[in-house]
Amino acid sequence: MATESSASNGSAALGATELRVHYPNASAPALDSVSMTVPRGSFYAVLGPNGSGKSTLLRALLGMVPHAAGQAQVFGRPVSDWDRRALAREAGVVTQSESVAFPMTVRELVAMGRYPYLGPLQSETPTDKEAISKAMRMCDIENLAQRFLSTLSGGEIQRTRVARALAQEPNVLLLDEPTASLDVRHEMEILELLRASADDGMTVFLITHHLDLAARFADRLLLLDRGRVAAEGQPQEVLREETLKRVYEWPISVSNDPATGMPRVTPLSTSSGFSTSSGSGSRP
Amino acid sequence: MKPITWGALLGLAVVLVFLLSIRLGSVDLSTGEVFAALLGEGDINARRIVVELRAPRALMAILVGGGLSLSGAVFQALLRNPLAEPYILGISGGAATGAVLALAMGLAASLSWALPAAAFAGALLAIVLVLRVATAADDRVDVRVLLLAGVVVGAFFAACISFVLSISDARTMRSAVLWMMGSLAGSDWRTVLMVTLYTLPAAIALLGLARPLNLLLIGEETAGYLGANVERVKRIAYVLASLLTAAGVAATGVIGFVGLIVPHSIRLLVGADYRVLLPLSFLAGAVFLTLADVVARTVMSPAEVPIGVITAFVGVPLFLLLLRRSIGAGTGIGA
Repeated sequence: MATESSASNGSAALGATELRVHYPNASAPALDSVSMTVPRGSFYAVLGPNGSGKSTLLRALLGMVPHAAGQAQVFGRPVSDWDRRALAREAGVVTQSESVAFPMTVRELVAMGRYPYLGPLQSETPTDKEAISKAMRMCDIENLAQRFLSTLSGGEIQRTRVARALAQEPNVLLLDEPTASLDVRHEMEILELLRASADDGMTVFLITHHLDLAARFADRLLLLDRGRVAAEGQPQEVLREETLKRVYEWPISVSNDPATGMPRVTPLSTSSGFSTSSGSGSRP
Repeated sequence: MKPITWGALLGLAVVLVFLLSIRLGSVDLSTGEVFAALLGEGDINARRIVVELRAPRALMAILVGGGLSLSGAVFQALLRNPLAEPYILGISGGAATGAVLALAMGLAASLSWALPAAAFAGALLAIVLVLRVATAADDRVDVRVLLLAGVVVGAFFAACISFVLSISDARTMRSAVLWMMGSLAGSDWRTVLMVTLYTLPAAIALLGLARPLNLLLIGEETAGYLGANVERVKRIAYVLASLLTAAGVAATGVIGFVGLIVPHSIRLLVGADYRVLLPLSFLAGAVFLTLADVVARTVMSPAEVPIGVITAFVGVPLFLLLLRRSIGAGTGIGA
């Protein structure tokens, strides 16, 4: 439940205690009093409307944005105590998007995942090569190894980026909407890969807009609303009709999906009462 | 070809163009005469030409050509911009301002070291100014702000140069313009030593940054998540690449184009991995500038063509050829 927020919990992969992040010149904080715990080996999904602070939470948990108040912890240690190389051996990240400045091959991009293991002039050891090919095998991109990134489809690029994060051999994998531009099959392939990794003991932290799929794949959900925790817990506890309506400011119906046995979220149309229920489209 | 093969070929090429550069000139020498002179034997005039004029000049071409190319490659990664080159952040403007002031005040005529010293001081001023402007609002170095700061500082120095030139006599103006075109003619053993003292340590340290520079190519945030100390890498890369450029500019003036097209050409040949790109760029830049200097000295002998003219005349068609080939293969300049 939402009360499980002791960030010093020894079994936590990631944790936040009363975390607050305020970007310069922003009128409101991007995150406000956020407390949450991602248990080791769990699949944890973060939901919320655009601008609710999901990506900021990922950055703040890994110390990429300054904290105005509160604490973030990675495997029980404050994130500020980690040096970046050591942290990169524990936590792999797939950000929302990236663009390479110069042409690069798939193999070269995946190999960058070995950076935190190698000295400045050291070349790849057999261990590194094995980690790289294993990651490429898991993401089914071995046949693309020598292709240039500019020639790949959206799905292939995302699989390459996930492979790079896996090549870091992390204990926790954080992904920011990795399947946003993917078709059904490619999306399911990535989610199943993440689920299997979580079953093998890796912690998965996934930011997504796909409420139904989050409910099916994740062990726990966190719902953010304007930088605050709106709900946290198991899928059935978080995906409640009233909560979702309030957070997304849209009429939503939640039913039970007989095919999966999990909550099914259906956005209704505005004629069912958006303009009357919330008065205007603007947030209070 | 494998990178190591390219490295061996370019290394051999450096030695060959070094010897070629010593042989050719207004007085052509044979290879035997060159070796005799280098060993301190043979004709006294040949010895003087080789040891006092051509050897330091050829070494200077190797150091400056290599340094500018390496620095250009680093700036392209740092600014994540294919248009970046060693002078993009105002270093040439600062150096030229120092040089023009030294010429206008008559210092350069009386003291041989005044011109390079003033140019180097101007370059250092530009380096510090740009970094201060870029970090004024925030501790972090935002490379977009760095680029803007460099362009603005460069424009300021350009105005300074225009002002000083406008109140100078015609002879000063001619010397200043010739200096700004760049020339290796003033190379002697003392300047070679000075440039070596800056170039070698900076180049070696930058080669050690190859791996984090690779990460910068895919963006700062991702580079941080992969374990790079992004802020430190950016600062060190900026300062070292700038010092490398400053030493070259102080000794030889503003030689354009080498730092832009050599790294691009090497990238088109061997890819964007900076562990390979940086050393090969240094070697290729050394070969390219030495050859350009041979052409500059001989094509209108005994007069010299400004070396910047040669680097552009030879470099542009060569570069376009490579570019066409790579676009045909789907691996063009940008990503």
